[in-house]
Amino acid sequence: MLKILLERMRQGYRTSGYPAEVPVLPDRFRGMPALAPEKCPDGCRACAEACPTDAIVVKPGELSVDLGRCLFCTDCMRACPEGAISYTSEYRLAARQRADLIVKSGQAAPRAAALEERLTKMFGRSLKLREVSAGGCNGCEADVNVLGTVVFDLARFGIQMVASPRHADGLLITGPVTENMKLALKKTYDAVPPPKIVIAVGACAISGGPYVGQQEQHDGADSVVPVDLYVPGCPPHPFTILDGLLALLGRLDEKRLQGAAAAAKS
Amino acid sequence: MTHRSAEPPPDLFPIHNGRAAELSRVVDLPFAGLALAVESAPPRERRVAALFGVPEEARGVRLYAVLAQDEESVLEAGSALVEGDAFPSMTPRCAEVHLFEREIAEQWGLRPEGHPWLKPVRFHRPYRGADVWGREAPVVGVTDFYRVEGEEVHEVAVGPVHAGVIEPGHFRFQCHGEQVFHLEISLGYQHRGVERALRGGPDKRTIHFMETLAGDTTIGHATAYCQVLEGLAGCRPSARAQALRAVALELERLANHTGDLGALAGDVGFLPTAAYCGRLRGDFLNLTALLCGSRFGRGMVRPGGVGFDVDAARVAEMKKRLEAAARDVEGAVGLLWTTASVQARFEETGAVAENVARELGLVGVAARACGLRRDARKNHPSGIYQFAHIPISTWHSGDVFARAYVRWMEIQRSVAFIKEQLGQLPAGAVSAKCGEPRPGRICASLVEGWRGEICHVALTDERGRFRAYKVVDPSFHNWTGLQMALRDQQISDFPLCNKSFNLSYCGHDL
Repeated sequence: MLKILLERMRQGYRTSGYPAEVPVLPDRFRGMPALAPEKCPDGCRACAEACPTDAIVVKPGELSVDLGRCLFCTDCMRACPEGAISYTSEYRLAARQRADLIVKSGQAAPRAAALEERLTKMFGRSLKLREVSAGGCNGCEADVNVLGTVVFDLARFGIQMVASPRHADGLLITGPVTENMKLALKKTYDAVPPPKIVIAVGACAISGGPYVGQQEQHDGADSVVPVDLYVPGCPPHPFTILDGLLALLGRLDEKRLQGAAAAAKS
Repeated sequence: MTHRSAEPPPDLFPIHNGRAAELSRVVDLPFAGLALAVESAPPRERRVAALFGVPEEARGVRLYAVLAQDEESVLEAGSALVEGDAFPSMTPRCAEVHLFEREIAEQWGLRPEGHPWLKPVRFHRPYRGADVWGREAPVVGVTDFYRVEGEEVHEVAVGPVHAGVIEPGHFRFQCHGEQVFHLEISLGYQHRGVERALRGGPDKRTIHFMETLAGDTTIGHATAYCQVLEGLAGCRPSARAQALRAVALELERLANHTGDLGALAGDVGFLPTAAYCGRLRGDFLNLTALLCGSRFGRGMVRPGGVGFDVDAARVAEMKKRLEAAARDVEGAVGLLWTTASVQARFEETGAVAENVARELGLVGVAARACGLRRDARKNHPSGIYQFAHIPISTWHSGDVFARAYVRWMEIQRSVAFIKEQLGQLPAGAVSAKCGEPRPGRICASLVEGWRGEICHVALTDERGRFRAYKVVDPSFHNWTGLQMALRDQQISDFPLCNKSFNLSYCGHDL
């Protein structure tokens, strides 16, 4: 017993200061892409051709990336001879509308608006989610799981993963929705009592990800159920998921966040 | 049957991990010869690393077998054409091919006559015509389940959607009270059609399929693939790239082993270790992110080398953070071995006997926990493991304790290995140009991922494209081990046993 107590003291307090503090992400972290179409030589489509999920559209004088398809893999960056695509450390990427994930040059990263007031009142301080992996590779699942650890401590925001859809206020879906999980996903959705919300986490759940177009899957969660929040990434960083969840619940104070970001920079 | 005669088994074609060979040199045997080679593998100290079908225009399906001879670090390949729609099952005399034969039955509609447990594996559309159950569009989970009948016998069905944040699969327990007579695991819910999509490659998506075959094993599968491609193209990555790949592979092992030990602690209600290891797993993932920006190693391993180099400052930071995390893991995990309530739940729970593990062809932690000296890093070393050896960690009891303790021993070995590698990184570039695969070749690649042996085998056609690409995740061998571990256990011990194997659903379902 003494050993256990000593170890408890040694391990210390490990919960991150987020959202009051800005999370420290690795310097090589790849978040929101920065696009510079003015650097593109005429007719060059190297980035679009290199992209494994066809997330990039090149038009004269214009570049756009579909964050819902993007694997943040750098294949485009490496293919571009002019440095017209790079990745920033912007980790806040979640959006309410699928179309908001298609970003152009000069455009800020998408921001997820809060749910309507009726729902934020209901779920804002207590949200129970059932996770359904529908062909996910265990990358997104692992980084959703990690939100339950002491570092992120999802419970301090009143958010909890629950064992049954009957106990849930909504679903958190990962994976491209395989043909073999389609029915189970639909049944799980139907088992959640209304009003309910759906969160699609990761490129697969948004668009099919690397599996987009494959006959064994359905190109994402919104092929089966309506989606209220899209969290891009392959897999998204846990802070990207957390940011999306808190934004959805109207729990983020933008001014405070900007203040914290400014303080971190100075 | 002719292959039961006293004839000695035929010599197969020796190949080596990650080195391509001309496909035409793979011994073409009559089926009886291939069956004899496969069936005599276990008594001759060989394992079946892969067994799969490749269509041969108009003639039928050719079965390829890759046997692993661990002591001599040799792989052996042989093939036989199956004409018609059936072949005599090899499973009765070589149990470890049971799932490979079921897979062949489902993919190619070839019936392994006399297979004792012939059921679908993944419930997908067959690769040609109909499967052996006459299905062209199977419905997942619709199959004959093993049933125990009788008074007081009851059945518990779980899944595909489980209580935790985990992947889907269907589990059926045949129980008498709390006692489990048999557990049947029926998977396929995660099937994304990876092997089918790999045919005709490589292309721009191939590496991303590899990195998401089992997302928690990104480095393992990407390394196995890159070894295949480099073998086929005749490319040699630099020693520096090989060392960085190994560092990433061991970081992947550290993260997952630490997470597993925490999860095991959680499943017996010992929350201190559960909480600490949950955090520490993330510290190892963040070390991988320090290396390449992604916690799961996406973008790290690329054909020809690695995608990211390290400078002295990054190496120093990695070492510092590794040492801090290793100290904390030692403290957190140490509590498991000194807490009687944990030991009482770990010991003698979910034991798999050594002979069962051997017969089923288990690999990785699950095999080593039964005393089997199976570790591709030692037995079939590739890359930097040819020069820097990691001793094999084994335990003898085959129970949850053994699977936990082997993980702990491996954590210590991996920490020492990474420190050593970071201290002596060879100089040079980290990326070489990997050309196109040569035509008409076969290349097999083995990597010891954190769960166990990952085996990839590629065959190229006359244009150098993948005619076939076989992926064998360690989970493919080991799911049956979990079924055996549950026999005569209490149903309430299932989560603990399951966690002690921690197998991949998508790695199995592909």
